[in-house]
Amino acid sequence: MLRKFFPAVRGYGRQSLGASFMIILEGVLEIMIPFYMTKLINEGIDVAVPNINIIIKYGALMLLMAVFALITGALCARLAAVAGTGFAMNLRNMLFTKVQDFSFANVDKFSSASIVTRLTTDVTNIQNLYTMLIRMTVRNFIIMITAFVFAVAVNARLALVFAVTIPLLAIVMFSIVLIAHPFFERMLKKLDLMNARVQENLIAIRVVKAFVKGEDEKVSFNESALALKKAQLAAERIVIWNNPISQFIFYAAMVAVCFFGGQLIVGGKMKVGDLSGFLAYIGQILASVMMLSMVFVSFIITRASQKRIAEVLDEKIDINDDEADPDLKVADGSVEFENVNFSYSKNPDNLTLSGVNFSVRSGETIGIIGGTGSAKTTLVQLIPRLYEVLEGSVRVGGRDVREYKLHTLRDQVAMVLQTNLLFSGTIEENLRWGNENATQEQIEAACRAACAHDFIMSFPNGYQTDLGQGGVNVSGGQKQRLCIARALLKNPKVVILDDSTSACDTATDASIRKALRTELKGTTTFIIAQRIASVMDADRVMVLDDGRLVAFDTPERLLETNDIYREVYESQMKGGDEE
Amino acid sequence: MSGNPKAPKASETVARGPGMRGGPKFAKPKNTKGTFLRLLKYFKPYLLTLIIVTICIIAAAEANVYGTAQLKPIIDDHLTPMVKNGATAEAWSRFVTAIIKMGAVYALGAVCIYIHSRLMLKVSTGILYDIRTEMFAKMQKLPIKYFDSHTHGEIMSRYTNDTDSMREMLGQSVPNLINSFFRVTSVFVMMVDLSPALTVITIIMLVLMIFVVKTLGKRSGAFYKKRQAALGVANGYIEEMTEGQKVVKVFCREEKINTRFAELNDNLRKAEAGANTWASILMPIMGNLSYIQYAITAVIGALMVVAAIKGNAHALIALSVGELITFLQYTRNFAQPITMMSQQFNSILAALAGAERIFALIDEQPEEDEGMIRLVNARIGENGELEECSERTDCWAWKTPEGELTRVRGHVIFKDVTFSYDGEKIVLDDISLYAKPGQKIAFVGSTGAGKTTITNLINRFYDIQDGEITYDGFNIREIAKDDLRRSLAMVLQDTHLFTGTVRENIRFGRKYATDEEVEKAAKLANAHSFIMHLPEGYDTMIVDDGENLSQGQRQLLAIARAAIADPPVLILDEATSSIDTRTEAHIERGMDELMRGRTVFVIAHRLSTVRNSNAIMVLEHGKIIERGDHKELIAQRGRYYKLYTGAFELS
Repeated sequence: MLRKFFPAVRGYGRQSLGASFMIILEGVLEIMIPFYMTKLINEGIDVAVPNINIIIKYGALMLLMAVFALITGALCARLAAVAGTGFAMNLRNMLFTKVQDFSFANVDKFSSASIVTRLTTDVTNIQNLYTMLIRMTVRNFIIMITAFVFAVAVNARLALVFAVTIPLLAIVMFSIVLIAHPFFERMLKKLDLMNARVQENLIAIRVVKAFVKGEDEKVSFNESALALKKAQLAAERIVIWNNPISQFIFYAAMVAVCFFGGQLIVGGKMKVGDLSGFLAYIGQILASVMMLSMVFVSFIITRASQKRIAEVLDEKIDINDDEADPDLKVADGSVEFENVNFSYSKNPDNLTLSGVNFSVRSGETIGIIGGTGSAKTTLVQLIPRLYEVLEGSVRVGGRDVREYKLHTLRDQVAMVLQTNLLFSGTIEENLRWGNENATQEQIEAACRAACAHDFIMSFPNGYQTDLGQGGVNVSGGQKQRLCIARALLKNPKVVILDDSTSACDTATDASIRKALRTELKGTTTFIIAQRIASVMDADRVMVLDDGRLVAFDTPERLLETNDIYREVYESQMKGGDEE
Repeated sequence: MSGNPKAPKASETVARGPGMRGGPKFAKPKNTKGTFLRLLKYFKPYLLTLIIVTICIIAAAEANVYGTAQLKPIIDDHLTPMVKNGATAEAWSRFVTAIIKMGAVYALGAVCIYIHSRLMLKVSTGILYDIRTEMFAKMQKLPIKYFDSHTHGEIMSRYTNDTDSMREMLGQSVPNLINSFFRVTSVFVMMVDLSPALTVITIIMLVLMIFVVKTLGKRSGAFYKKRQAALGVANGYIEEMTEGQKVVKVFCREEKINTRFAELNDNLRKAEAGANTWASILMPIMGNLSYIQYAITAVIGALMVVAAIKGNAHALIALSVGELITFLQYTRNFAQPITMMSQQFNSILAALAGAERIFALIDEQPEEDEGMIRLVNARIGENGELEECSERTDCWAWKTPEGELTRVRGHVIFKDVTFSYDGEKIVLDDISLYAKPGQKIAFVGSTGAGKTTITNLINRFYDIQDGEITYDGFNIREIAKDDLRRSLAMVLQDTHLFTGTVRENIRFGRKYATDEEVEKAAKLANAHSFIMHLPEGYDTMIVDDGENLSQGQRQLLAIARAAIADPPVLILDEATSSIDTRTEAHIERGMDELMRGRTVFVIAHRLSTVRNSNAIMVLEHGKIIERGDHKELIAQRGRYYKLYTGAFELS
């Protein structure tokens, strides 16, 4: 899995290697200091005639090494920070551009919240792991080996102590991690459950209060908090063995070295100074084993993050236009569906749309009605190829949508989505999404057609009004009108309004449709609506039921021939003629 | 959406496993001392355990120091004499005894570490549980106003980040700090005892280290702020563009978005590289400063030993080889906990800042409730009078503190009600209206006209500034809030469902409803048929606020939920807005059934929904501009007529 992350190192390989190199230098220097310390005592003091020159010489050497180690250590910190953040930046870019390539089907698969988590928390986790890897792994291996070699050089027989303690410590630490890991997973699940409870209560606080459920919710929250507490205890109970056991092994090594070392010294096979050097090695060697186990730990606990990121990078983009002809233009606004079958799960037995056939001439205004779940939105989303048909063909301007470059097609097929969004920035900046180079006149014309100009001008800053994130500073109906204007600015051949005026009052709704008819003559218009009035002046109306096109005719004829249409009509118009 | 509540995913908490440190943290509490003292109160129930914990921590720290202190006697009193004078059996056994003593002390230390970790685990999980439950209980008592003025993300982070840093502090920082403190002091005492002269070097280095920590802390604090700012911008962009992904695709903006993100991303990289450098540079600097000290101590110490051997040393600076070796070991042992403390300090400050925010939530003013009138089940006694009873009847009564019973009928009167959310902008201006028992009252008007506000005043989500609202003749302030709300059922515009089965969600309206009653309510709301189509019927789990259901289906469930509550007054706030008109026509009978005999307040965008109301109020800018029934309003040819015919003018 880690191989997937290699490309993210690009541009920061030198810093990564540099950091590793610096920290190895630092480590080696830190080992050499006690070694010269031993020499200082053995050759300078612990001899018949103490030699001050040797003391000064080794002392100066040690000091120099310490200063040098400080410099290399600091350099490593810097290089590792640069390498780690560079790595993270590359990884974020890889993810972000990948997500931008996603088709609607890909987007549906990941919730937007989960994509945000992957781009933020997960990347940070991997970044920490990476920094840890370049700083810790090689260094500690080298320290472990070097210290061991030095220890052998001082006294090979005494170094046998490490032959027991290193594997022992490694086994203990690694088993603790492996045993504890599933318990931590369980704990995190409980934590998620508890947080989900809080979240739910926050979102639905009015419901909770209206139904006076505070006490009940408290009881069930306490239950989940208790479950979390128990899971946390179970998990951490294992981990806390870490500290005492490693300390115990460390202490045991100290005692063993003192005992066997003492024997050797008394037997004249070792010098007193060697003992102190040896004691320093114990600390270094065992500490590096523990550090390595920490790298292992972070590797294990970031596995979920690694997996989630890899999932995005590996996601197969199901719509691409690699084979499309870049010079092919959309000839006109005619739209045809031929035996179109569609399934969100790409499963022929679970069709959302089945056997849809129709042909719309360029410039027609088409209304679409149907109950919830009748696949109205699904149908229109196939026109700008936001989803791929399972079978059959969708044609715009006489050519299959798959023959166009996506950019070409979507520039000509403007869609106002049901869940419409504005972005932070001014009104004008948002409108320019439709056309980067639109003139002020064009912008205003589009806004007039969408009945947005007047309310925009009523704001003190007019078109320069700041919308705030998600367009929070305008009402629902105003937002919808801005979204329509944004789409109109594209000057497209086909416009699709997916329930785009639901929050506008009926009069506004009517005048938008009127404007579309007069000012966008020649533009094919699809209007999905709940309100029967919104489709009553369309040239033709499609009636969808359960993924099938059950009728496609003029509104007048539908009223006579189609039960569904009539039922909807009557449910909304009933009593209207009482006056 | 700025306050977008995001379900915390496992990954956000993943970096909390064993042995991981979080990133640099420099958040500082405003009132460190007060917060700290208050936090101490949570330790109170665990006082005895904490005393044992502290003893064990000290014992472990002392064992470490004492064990190391055995090095000197082992070398000077045992090994060196044995080398010089030969190893007698007696000397050997004394040597072995010393080793065993050292081993025993170390072993005891390890045991103490285990004991204090284990006990502290109990304390920290206990305290976290206490704080979490207290916080949640308090949250349930807060007025709606609080939730209006705080984003979900903000409140959520009390439960996630803030408790998390607290967890880290309780579990690791505090024990480590105590441990480090005792180790440093004991080592220091030992050092002074061993060689006051060499200790002077240690003190000088200590001052230098503190200086370094302070300087670096300041630097890294500034970088950290920069990093946070860049992070906020980049994450905001990620969030916004991910939410708007489909719009991006529809407008083919991918390239532009990528370019912009690359810029923000690069800014973040630069800021973060700076912050991370200063955060991680502390360790190597501190570690190697201690090596510099080690080298200096070694030279000066060695010279002192030489002077002592030559016999021309003052008693103050006299030193043996064993003493020097031990002292050098101390030098290392001294530096380690200091580095550790300097690191723990930041996370303790961060945790205190989190605790402060948690306490702020706990200290919030709860919802006011001075009402004394309770809602009770009642029945008509033999002599035709109301009497209280414990079982559920179809009859409710208000019970005053004096024990008087009044039948609940649902007679609601607004008298000169004026209301403002913020005390400045008037939302409802001198509204008077009444709803007689069993009447259906509808509110019509544009967004922001004050329709929803009216219903929010009846159930006292907000309290009015001026005027009076009475319910069956009682001022609603005199009625206990919970009971007031029990007597009203609401179906809100945004339907929210809870994790649990469909059945449990319907039962939300009435906890002890039988399965038959649940089904009956579902049938009434026309929800039964789609529920039966769900994989597990009524036992289908609803997750993520009903993500697996359509908006219309969710509204049907919300209607069923209100139906089962079976209260005298019903509030429908755009309850059928997401149900297509055809389905609405189908459930009309159910809705009529649900509304029969109840006082109903209806808010609807769709005028077809409100047509058969007893009275329709047209609201504009917080005032009722027209009122009457459908026919009257149509005849008036005013705003209602315009609204109504707006849908019809094109036919």
